[in-house]
Amino acid sequence: MISSSLNALNYSFFDKLKSVDYFLILIVMIIGAISIFSIYSTENGEFSFYTKNHLIRLVAFFLLFLVLSFVRVSTWYRQAYIFYLLGLLLLFLVIFFGISASGSKRWINLFVFNLQPSELMKIAVILCFARYYHRIQSSDIESYKYLLQPIILLLIPCYLVITQPDLGTAILIAGSGIAIIWLAGLNIKYFIYSGLMLLVSLPFIISILKPYQKSRILTFFNPERDPLGAGYQIIQSKIAIGSGGMYGKGFLKGTQSYLEFLPEKHTDFIFTLFSEEFGFFGSLLLIFLYALLVYRIIKIGFSCRSFFAKLYCFGFSSALFLYVFVNIAMVVGLLPIVGAPLPIMSYGGSSMLSIMIGLSIVMSCKIYSQEIISN
Amino acid sequence: MIKRTSNLDKNKTINRRLFILGSAKVGLLGLITSRLYNLQISEKTKYETLSDKNRFREWKTPPKRGVITDFYNNIIADNKRVYQVYLSLDETKDFNSSIFKLKNIIGLTNDELSKIYEKKQKIKPWDSILVSENLSWEKFSKLNLYLHEIEGAKPVLSTSRYYPYSNDLVHIIGYVGEASANDINKNKKIEENFVPGLKVGKIGIENSTDQILIGNYGIKRFEVNSSGKKIREISYKKETQGENLRTTIDIEVQRLAQKLLENKAGSICAMDIYSGEIIALASSPTYDPNKFTYGIDKKDWNEIKNNKLRPLVNKSISGLYSPGSTIKPLVALAALEYGIINPKLKVKCKGHDHPYELYGQKYHCWKKDGHGIMSLRNAIKQSCDIYFYEVARLLGVDKLSIIAKRYGLGSKVLENIFPEEKKGLVPSTKWKKQVLEQSWYLGETVITGIGQGYIQTTPLQLCLMTAQLANGGFKIKPNIIYDSKFNYEEVLSKIQSEKNKPIQANILKDQNVNLYEKLYKNSNNIKIVLDAMYGSTNEHFGTSFRSRHNDKKYRYAGKTGTSQVRRITEKDRELDLDTSEIEYKNRDHALFVAFAPYDKPKYAISVLVEHGGSGSKAAAPLAKKLIKKIIDRDKDREIKREELKII
Repeated sequence: MISSSLNALNYSFFDKLKSVDYFLILIVMIIGAISIFSIYSTENGEFSFYTKNHLIRLVAFFLLFLVLSFVRVSTWYRQAYIFYLLGLLLLFLVIFFGISASGSKRWINLFVFNLQPSELMKIAVILCFARYYHRIQSSDIESYKYLLQPIILLLIPCYLVITQPDLGTAILIAGSGIAIIWLAGLNIKYFIYSGLMLLVSLPFIISILKPYQKSRILTFFNPERDPLGAGYQIIQSKIAIGSGGMYGKGFLKGTQSYLEFLPEKHTDFIFTLFSEEFGFFGSLLLIFLYALLVYRIIKIGFSCRSFFAKLYCFGFSSALFLYVFVNIAMVVGLLPIVGAPLPIMSYGGSSMLSIMIGLSIVMSCKIYSQEIISN
Repeated sequence: MIKRTSNLDKNKTINRRLFILGSAKVGLLGLITSRLYNLQISEKTKYETLSDKNRFREWKTPPKRGVITDFYNNIIADNKRVYQVYLSLDETKDFNSSIFKLKNIIGLTNDELSKIYEKKQKIKPWDSILVSENLSWEKFSKLNLYLHEIEGAKPVLSTSRYYPYSNDLVHIIGYVGEASANDINKNKKIEENFVPGLKVGKIGIENSTDQILIGNYGIKRFEVNSSGKKIREISYKKETQGENLRTTIDIEVQRLAQKLLENKAGSICAMDIYSGEIIALASSPTYDPNKFTYGIDKKDWNEIKNNKLRPLVNKSISGLYSPGSTIKPLVALAALEYGIINPKLKVKCKGHDHPYELYGQKYHCWKKDGHGIMSLRNAIKQSCDIYFYEVARLLGVDKLSIIAKRYGLGSKVLENIFPEEKKGLVPSTKWKKQVLEQSWYLGETVITGIGQGYIQTTPLQLCLMTAQLANGGFKIKPNIIYDSKFNYEEVLSKIQSEKNKPIQANILKDQNVNLYEKLYKNSNNIKIVLDAMYGSTNEHFGTSFRSRHNDKKYRYAGKTGTSQVRRITEKDRELDLDTSEIEYKNRDHALFVAFAPYDKPKYAISVLVEHGGSGSKAAAPLAKKLIKKIIDRDKDREIKREELKII
C-alpha cells in the first residue's frame, strides 16, 4: 500500500501536465466566455458593474481551479471531513453573523466578497460522502449504522439551509447527496420506501413551508393566478424564451431583458436571456456544452483507480447535471421557481467558487487517476 | 482478498447505478429539449405577440375636426392653433413642486388646480396630465423660458375649435365640449375614435354631424420598459381630419338678421323657395360658443341660463308661437280650394261696437273703427279679423288642418339636425278628442281662423309655409347642410312638368305629398292669395305698406301678424294702450312672413319679435332690410352655385 502511494508521488510535473484534461478546461472556458457575453447583455451592452465583477471572479476562480487541480486526490480524501465540518461551521456562523438580503440570511461578509456557505456545502457533501462510502464495504452499506450516519450528515446542512431560507440550494444539496448514496449502491428498496414516505409526508412539509414558498409552488401550477406577483417571473421568462424563436432576437437585442421585464436576469434567469437572444439553436448548443462537461467528468471517473475518486466524479457529475437541469427546468416552467443558479453562467461568486473547486477536484482525480487510496 | 472482491463489487454496482442515472439524465435532457421546442418553435407566435404587447404601448392622438363653412366657403367653425402644457407623470419626481412652479408661471386658479389633482387620480402613472388647454402666447413663451426648471412639463402645440363669428351662428352650429360618457354611448363613431380630451359636438350641426366632422385618431407606438417609461417612438400613424362641411347659410345675411334682432328676443328665417336651402336662421338673444370649448365657467353659464330672454333656446325651431294673422293667406287658400267661398264673398266689419257674434260670444277685429265691407283680397291686405272669423266658420277646423299641415305646419322641418326642434300644433276636432278628451267648439274654429287658440307654430314652419305658397304651391324640403348632389335646374324643370300633370281626384284628402309635387287643387287659388299678399305690402291700407320697397328689384309681398300672448279683456279694449305702455311680458308677439322678389319669387322669410307689439311696426321693417340684403346677394349665390357645380 505504501509503495503505491509512493508511486503517485513519483509523477514528474511534466507527467502531471500531460495528464491534465485539456478538453474539460476548454469546455469550461467556452461556457465561461458565453457567460461573460450574457452578463454583458444584461447590462444592455455596457461594460459595467456586473460584467466587470463577473469577469474578475471568473478569471480568479478559473485560475484557482487550475492551481487546485494539482492538489493530490489523497489530500482531498484526507481533508474531506474537515471540509464538511468547515462548511457546517460556516453555516452556523451565518445564523449569527450572516448578512440579510431580501428576507433571507445566506451570506457571510468576507470583505472581498460575500460568501454563501450553502454553495460550498454542495461540494462538501459530495466530498464527504465519497470518502464515507470509500471506506465501507458493500456488504455493510445496508446496516442501520451505515445507513443512518449519511442521512444525519445530509439532514443537518439541509435543515440549516432551509431555515435561511433557501429551498433551492437545500434541494440541490439533498439531491446531490442522494445521488451519491444511489451510486454507492444502497438497495433500491430504500429509495422506493423513502420516496413513498416523502409522498405521505408531503402535506406536513407543505404546512411548514413559508408563505412565499407555498405561493411559489401554487403559482408554478398556475402562473396566471398572480400575474403581477409570484407568477410574474415565470410568465415573463416564458414570454422571453418563446419569443426568441428558432434563432433568437440576436445578441443584445433581447427586448424582454433590455426593457427590464425579466427579473433576476443576472442570476437565476440568465438562461432565459441567453435563450431569448440566441433562440432554440443557441439554447441547445449551451445545453450540449453542459452535457459534454458532465460526460467528460464521468469519463474521468471511469479512468480513476480509487473508488473515492470514481464516486466523487460520478457524484459531482450528477450534481452538476442536477444544477443545470433544475435551473433550466425552472425558467422554462417545468419546475417551480425555487432559486437555483445555472453553474458558471449565473452571476454570483459563491456558486462560481464552489463549481470551480468541484471541478478542480475532478481534475485532481484525473491527474492522480492511478493513485490508490487506502481505506 | 475480501477487500478486493468488495471493491470489485462496489465498482460493478457503481457502474450499473451510473448507467441507470445516465439514462435518467438523457431522459431529462429530452424533456428540456422538447419543452424548449414547444416554447420556441411551436408556440413562437403566441409568445412573440405577448412580447410585443409587453414592449409596445400605444398612445392615441386626437383627430382634427372638419371645418364648417357657409355657402360661400367662409369658415364658420375653424380649428385654431392653441398652446397647451402637459405634465408627464413618469418624468416628474415631485408632482406637487412641478405643479406649484407651473401655477406660478402660467397662473392657475385654485379651481383649476383641484381639477388637475382630480384628474391625476384617474390616470395611469406613466400618462400625461393636461395642465392647461389654452395658453396665451405670452404665457406659453414664458413657460418655455422656465421649462428646464419644471420636471416633466411638456409644451404642446395643438388645435382646438374656434368660431370666428362667435355669437352670430351659435344656434345653428352649436358648440363642442369634452366628450361625456353619454356622448360616447350614443354615437358609435365617437366610441370608436375616443381619445382622452376628445371634443365632440354638444348641440346644433356640430352635434348632429359629428359622424362626418370627427375624423379618425392617430396612433403613436412607443417601445416602453417594464415600468411603462417611453424608450423610443416606433411608429406614428397620423390622425386624419374629419370631412369639411358646407352649410347653405349665407353668413352676410345671417349676420344682418342677427344684427336686426339685437336687443330683442326673436327669430328670423330665410329660405330659398325651390331648393329649400336655409339662408339665415337667426335667433336672439345669442351667446358665444367659444366659451364652451374648454368648459364654460359658472358665472358665464349662469348669466346665459338665467337670462329672461332665453338665449339657449333656438327660437326659429324651438320657439312656439301663435301664428296670428300670418295664417290668414292659408285660411283663405283652404276655403278657396274646398270651394267654400269665392273671392267675391263680402263680409262687413263694423268695429268694436258691433263685434262678430257666435252663440252669444263676441269676437272683435283688431281695428277699433272696423274695416267696412271687405272682399277676400281686401281682408288679407288689411288683415280683417271679422272676415276670417266668418271664413273659418264656413270652412271648419278639420279642412283648415289638412291644408295647414300640407304647407308645413305641425311637423318638424329639420328634425335630423336639431333634435330639440318643436313640432308645433295644428288642431283638429279629432286631435282635441284624443288629447284633451273634449269636443270641439265652433268658437275655437273662429279664432283659429286668425291664428289664435290652440294653433302653435315655429318661425321656420311659417317660413316654409310662405315658401311653399310663393313657389306656386309645390312641396320642398328645407335643409341647412349643402347637398353637392342637389341640382337647381333639375328641380325647376321638375316643378314645371308637375304643373302640367292632371290633378289627382283626392288631392284635398289628408295625405302625404311627395317632394316637388303639387300641394294645390287649383293654381289660381294660390295666385289669388299671393296677389292679396302683394296688396298687403304694396298698396295703400296694406298692413305692411310702410315697409314696402319701391324699387321693383326688391319688391316683395308679405303678411303681418300680431299674436296675443293673453286674452284681451273688455278693459284692455277700453284702455287701448300703446305697446310701450304695456308690461313687456304682456305685449303681443310681432310676426311677418314675406317672399321676394314679387315678380319672380325666389326667397321666403319669416320674422318674429317676441313681445314686439304689432307685426307691421316691429317685424315688417326688419324684413324690409333683410330682403334687400338677400336680393343683393342673389347674384353672388348664383355664381357660387355654378362654381360648385364644376367642382
